[in-house]
Amino acid sequence: MNTPRFEYLPHPADVMFIAHGSTLEETFEQAAQAMFGVIVHNAIREPDRSVDIELESEGLENLLYDYLSELLYLFEVDELVFSRFQVDSIEKTGSIYMLKGSASGESIDTGRHNFETEVKAVTYHQLKVEKEDGGYSAHVIVDT
Amino acid sequence: MTQKQAKDFVRKVDENIYEVPMDFQEGMRVPGRIFVSQKLMDDLETDTLRQTANVATLPGIQKYSMAMPDAHFGYGFPIGGVAAFDARDGVISPGGVGFDINCGVRIIRTDLEIGEVRPRIKGLMTELFNAIPSGVGSKSRLRVSGSELDDAFTYGARWAVESGYGVEADIEHCEDGGFIDAADPGKVSERAHKRGKPQFGTLGSGNHFLEIQEVDKIYEPGIARAYGIREGTITIMIHCGSRGAGHQICTDYLRVMEQASRKYGIKLPDKQLACAPANSREGQDYFKAMAAGANYAWANRQVITHWVRETFEKFFGRDAESLGMDLVYDVAHNVAKLEEHEIDGVKKPVYVHRKGATRAFPPGHHDVPAAYRSVGQPVLIPGSMGTPSYILHGAERAMELTFGSACHGAGRVMGRGEAKQKFRGEILEKQLADKGITVLATHPSMLAEEAPEVYKSSSEVVNVMHELHVARKVVRVKPIGVAKG
Repeated sequence: MNTPRFEYLPHPADVMFIAHGSTLEETFEQAAQAMFGVIVHNAIREPDRSVDIELESEGLENLLYDYLSELLYLFEVDELVFSRFQVDSIEKTGSIYMLKGSASGESIDTGRHNFETEVKAVTYHQLKVEKEDGGYSAHVIVDT
Repeated sequence: MTQKQAKDFVRKVDENIYEVPMDFQEGMRVPGRIFVSQKLMDDLETDTLRQTANVATLPGIQKYSMAMPDAHFGYGFPIGGVAAFDARDGVISPGGVGFDINCGVRIIRTDLEIGEVRPRIKGLMTELFNAIPSGVGSKSRLRVSGSELDDAFTYGARWAVESGYGVEADIEHCEDGGFIDAADPGKVSERAHKRGKPQFGTLGSGNHFLEIQEVDKIYEPGIARAYGIREGTITIMIHCGSRGAGHQICTDYLRVMEQASRKYGIKLPDKQLACAPANSREGQDYFKAMAAGANYAWANRQVITHWVRETFEKFFGRDAESLGMDLVYDVAHNVAKLEEHEIDGVKKPVYVHRKGATRAFPPGHHDVPAAYRSVGQPVLIPGSMGTPSYILHGAERAMELTFGSACHGAGRVMGRGEAKQKFRGEILEKQLADKGITVLATHPSMLAEEAPEVYKSSSEVVNVMHELHVARKVVRVKPIGVAKG
């Protein structure tokens, strides 16, 4: 796996992180990695299940909100712990952004997975996707 | 704005009352009111002041945007934020309720004396820990059908009692009878249904807990008697919410409100404050879905109560009735309610948003259960796992000062990441054991996140409400056993 390009920032109650990437796609992947880093800590074996993700949202921030919310939903409902995130494309048509990709992982095994912190939801608070030198950054606060 | 510059704006108007004036931030429609002691004011973050001011910009806000003594930086509204919006011209905002809709707390009394329980606390906690699923990824013992889930969304604790999880008196002792009648499961998405089903009957994680406590101090014997509480006995406190169902309802409607704010031309200082006019389709849809989420949480706490009773029955070899395991009260922390309040001498309907705040209705209020009406509603304020919790009663100035609201807990002062670096779960467990507190958790790092030091002093917070006569101290309880998710 590539070196993580995200960092956690101090917050009194919730978890705040900033993810970077040389492309929008990579930035989204890093944000997903950061969010799952909050939920679970430990050696996940080679992923054996993969889910396709296709989303359409108005605005880039909404797309990130929807993307991370979708992953949380799949985690809880399909009981999948994700360890790899692939965003193949983020395309813009007018004000609509479309994301195509997949997430891979394995079924929840409470005996083996070390769950750390429950992430209740992604918030809109200070949610930002910005262009920066050499790529993009995403600033996210998740409710824990 | 620096911390000092921000605080220079704030003016002390009375003991424990500070005002954030309207020139603090552009667009404020009313001033902010912060109910804190001098010490708590010194510790308050600028961001909390800013969030209180942000709320004051929303259309239809009445009197003040308020922050309770345990207030801290959240998202949208501060945690500990209270605001009332005109039911006709005001707004409803999911950011004023939070993701964990009706995260709340209940307390069960018992006739068990501390001497009967303390020597066996480890065994009891282990049984409770096994009986009540907790932690991330835990699975419920409950298997409900789609229509049962809809009934829980519609009828809350009443559904649970009618399905065999509790007794009629439990419902009478819940805020609003354990359900909001505006709920409509048809406004709850398929996704929220799907997240709610497997988690129904689970405690959750984070600050949620189940605690066995010793009643160690009585401030108001007459009122304590009305609540059925005797010194030296044990009580059980349950703190949890609407789990994934509520989180998803908020997630879904935040997106709806984001569009609605633009549609209705509401200028927002923070996107997390997305809202819609209370009487719009979007506003009412959210209110009906939020009510369903709140009802799910009441049903959840009721089912867990039933399992707690079962566990005690098995453990002590006596039935719950002979153990005197009556529900004292159940309060919601994160909820919006349609209530009638007197504003500038006129009674009018308002949507009161309480985010990390507890309702605290005074003596004589018709929404207080008949048995407690003469003394006021029980107000339950949990401490952290090593510090006392309090039972207060809604007092005479609550309606005038806070729309009948009080604080909801101690309030965090330290982030989870920092706490995990600073504390070690295993050491904390030992320190708490030395103080006579047995703690069980699904993971030691969970204990570090919830270390007593990461919270403000519950006594300091409670004293502010007490001194203001918003909610007055009745009983103090101390933890002897804690189960954390």
